[in-house]
Amino acid sequence: MNPIIRTENLTHTYSVGTPFERTAIVGVDFAAHPGEFVGIIGHTGSGKSTLMQHLNGLLTPTSGRVLFQGEDIHQSKALTRSVRFQVGLVFQYPEYQLFEESVYKDIAFGPKNMGLSKSEIDQRVREAAALVGLGAAHLEKSPFVLSGGQKRRAAIAGVMAMKPKVLILDEPTAGLDPRGRTEILDNIRTFHRETGATVILVTHSMEEIARTVDRIAVMSDGKVAMTGTRGEIFAQGDALEQMGLDLPEITRVALRLRAMGIDLPGDIFTVEQAVQALLAYKREVAGC
Amino acid sequence: MLKDITLGQYFPGNTFIHRLDPRTKLLMTIVYLVCVFTARTPIAFGVVALYLAIMIIVSNVKLRLLLRGMKPLIFLLALTGTLNLFLTPGEPLVSIWRLSISREGIEWAIMLILRITMMITGSFILTYTTPPMALTDGIESLMRPLKRIGVPAHELAMIMSIALRFIPTLLEETDRIMRAQKARGASFDTGNIIQRGRAMLPILLPLFISAFRRAEELAVAMESRCYHDGEGRTRMRALQYSRDDALTGLIGLLLLGSIITLRVTGL
Ligand SMILES: Nc1ncnc2c1ncn2[C@@H]1O[C@H](COP(=O)(O)OP(=O)(O)O)[C@@H](O)[C@H]1O
Ligand SMILES: [Mg+2]
Repeated sequence: MNPIIRTENLTHTYSVGTPFERTAIVGVDFAAHPGEFVGIIGHTGSGKSTLMQHLNGLLTPTSGRVLFQGEDIHQSKALTRSVRFQVGLVFQYPEYQLFEESVYKDIAFGPKNMGLSKSEIDQRVREAAALVGLGAAHLEKSPFVLSGGQKRRAAIAGVMAMKPKVLILDEPTAGLDPRGRTEILDNIRTFHRETGATVILVTHSMEEIARTVDRIAVMSDGKVAMTGTRGEIFAQGDALEQMGLDLPEITRVALRLRAMGIDLPGDIFTVEQAVQALLAYKREVAGC
Repeated sequence: MLKDITLGQYFPGNTFIHRLDPRTKLLMTIVYLVCVFTARTPIAFGVVALYLAIMIIVSNVKLRLLLRGMKPLIFLLALTGTLNLFLTPGEPLVSIWRLSISREGIEWAIMLILRITMMITGSFILTYTTPPMALTDGIESLMRPLKRIGVPAHELAMIMSIALRFIPTLLEETDRIMRAQKARGASFDTGNIIQRGRAMLPILLPLFISAFRRAEELAVAMESRCYHDGEGRTRMRALQYSRDDALTGLIGLLLLGSIITLRVTGL
């Protein structure tokens, strides 16, 4: 299958020509396929946000190309603009971009910019709000009276309402309490299931990524250091540690148990899997 | 990007000028500006230009940055130059339609453009070589004598240093909010004036909200560390004049002296 979006040898340097010049990503080849749920993980400053802002054309490559459905997104202004609507990007701390007098209007901002009809906008706003668990009562409120988690979800709905073919979320759970985090990750999974869109989730939490994604790309020092399935990535615990990343806690517990001679499978990423495996192990041991 | 604006920005370095006491640099800049506006003859301008050139070389200012900083001002320079070229009364040299250019007009235009360019370049060197905090420390220290006549020197300096400290932060924030709204399809460079004005709302509102939030957080952070106004405060970095400052002061007096002499003698 052809990737829906990919980068070719992408390099970006900030503040070119000043003493603050800084190359944030170097020679990145990254691809996401239709319908895929990709996780991007990397230490702070590894270039995740920079890479993501190239995918919808907000940043222009210093060198290299970004291809959406096989076409260079910077070949014409019109194409760049149309890609903006097809590749939705939720920034880090998106609640800081809320500005309208009601949640409804704020969610409608993107669809309105797309030039959709009034009824279409209305339908999309309600759908997106429902996806993130905001009811009709919330829609008429000012976004500034919502709780932190609700604000965040309203901002995410604002991008979901554009029905992008690729939805990118840059650390959508940063700074939320555990319940807020779970809710948002649930919303994102629901969006992925119901729309079949490609979802790219950026995070620096292994726990989050372990629970959710099909494929992981690990960024380190401006490069994509590895890509693979969860099993493939988590099998390289030492390499991850050198990049300042930890395996999920439960995976480390399982690995330690294995080292102690308890025969568990090597690909345990969530607490549920661990419980299953341990119960199976117990039955086996008790059974003989 | 917005934050790549170079005018008025500090660039870390370790040159002779970077190391000078900020008070010396402030006073020297004032002396220099007085000279720029006192000079009238080619010789006097030559002396000031020589001084400026030495400053540029010693402070290791990147010419590219200087030129980039000047770019937004080219329009202003061109406008001032053109207006003065045509509107200065005098013996007409050339006449086109109802406009005429006089010798005095040409002289005035050149002089004004030179003055503005030199003024901006000189101030650029000050901000280029002095961290904002040092600059406000210097201003506070220079204004201290005015306290006696009721000028709240410390408070003014504090306000200034907070403002300076938050300029880059707010520019960065503006950049970020702009990109976030662009990601939702906002466009800031199409439509008529009213449409463009309206298009700024999605940026300005979040920006104001975040500025107020920051101000409040800063106030709480300062109060919880028992901040109080100027009376009896000591500083972590006390300002101290050195031999280099004395040398620089001497150069400043020399410059001022020669420019005044040139002006008085009309050379
Ligand atoms: N607007 C910017 N101007 C200059 N440097 C930047 C800017 N944004 C990011 N950087 C730098 O680029 C590098 C990568 O940053 P970023 O892409 O934000 O990483 P991440 O999202 O993985 O934390 C960092 O070293 C950061 O300091
Ligand atoms: Mg980031």
